[in-house]
Amino acid sequence: MRALFAFLAGGLFGAGLLVSGMTDTTKVQGWLDIFGAWDPTLAFVLGGAILPMLVAWRVAASRTAAVLGTPIPPKPEPLLDRRLIGGSVLFGLGWALAGLCPGPAMASLSYGGMQGLIFFCAMVAGMLIWHLAQRQLLAKAT
Amino acid sequence: MIEMSWIYGLLGGLMIGGAAALFLLVNGRIMGASGILGGVVDGTGFSTLAERLAFLAGLVGVPALISMTAGAPATHLTDNLILVILAGLAVGAGTRMANGCTSGHGVCGISRFSLRGIVATLIYLAAGMATMAIARHLLGLI
Repeated sequence: MRALFAFLAGGLFGAGLLVSGMTDTTKVQGWLDIFGAWDPTLAFVLGGAILPMLVAWRVAASRTAAVLGTPIPPKPEPLLDRRLIGGSVLFGLGWALAGLCPGPAMASLSYGGMQGLIFFCAMVAGMLIWHLAQRQLLAKAT
Repeated sequence: MIEMSWIYGLLGGLMIGGAAALFLLVNGRIMGASGILGGVVDGTGFSTLAERLAFLAGLVGVPALISMTAGAPATHLTDNLILVILAGLAVGAGTRMANGCTSGHGVCGISRFSLRGIVATLIYLAAGMATMAIARHLLGLI
């Protein structure tokens, strides 16, 4: 059951990314290009995506657990640390250079050509590099 | 004047938000693309592996089906492979370091009025816009 609904959610997410045009890197780069031919499409996508989630969080607040029994994830502590800030700067930099973030990079794997596949592999490598670097830092700290 | 791509953006955005709402209310999970993939890549999500893989299968598979039947949209990803690899590394490491990307911090975080989600989104947007200004208008890289 969990896997079935996870598949449905992933599929709807992917279809939404395709329909919204967010797998087209020119639209994303156009949104970030405030000094050029600015493209506001991404604001419609983000706004459209937040609307159902505003309702969903209201519904979630009135329940202790999700339908399949998992507790609703608690709200994270409002902690603004160097990790959050540094990571977001690094992500924003890469996002602008290619015009892809993790969701669209995966949604477009089947039609993004060789460059799309190379981006995905580099992204996975980046995730592993951070994981190993973090373990090194932790080992040094203790 | 309203452009067609804005309407597709809004429609796709509603689908993305609907997917996030489904994943939250049925599975009890935050729909964050970088977190779901990252947990598979570095093994930290081993206990929820089946759910993660099912989500990713939908995310890659459903757009593949759509693009095979309705035609594949262009991604316009640059063929400068050095840029593609650098961007992929930055997106992968940055999103794991910051614990989220556009879907997790952006869609799920903002709609919950999470301080971390809002701040992360503002930072990666600012970093992306600054990168775009420098890389496109000063250096002519992209």
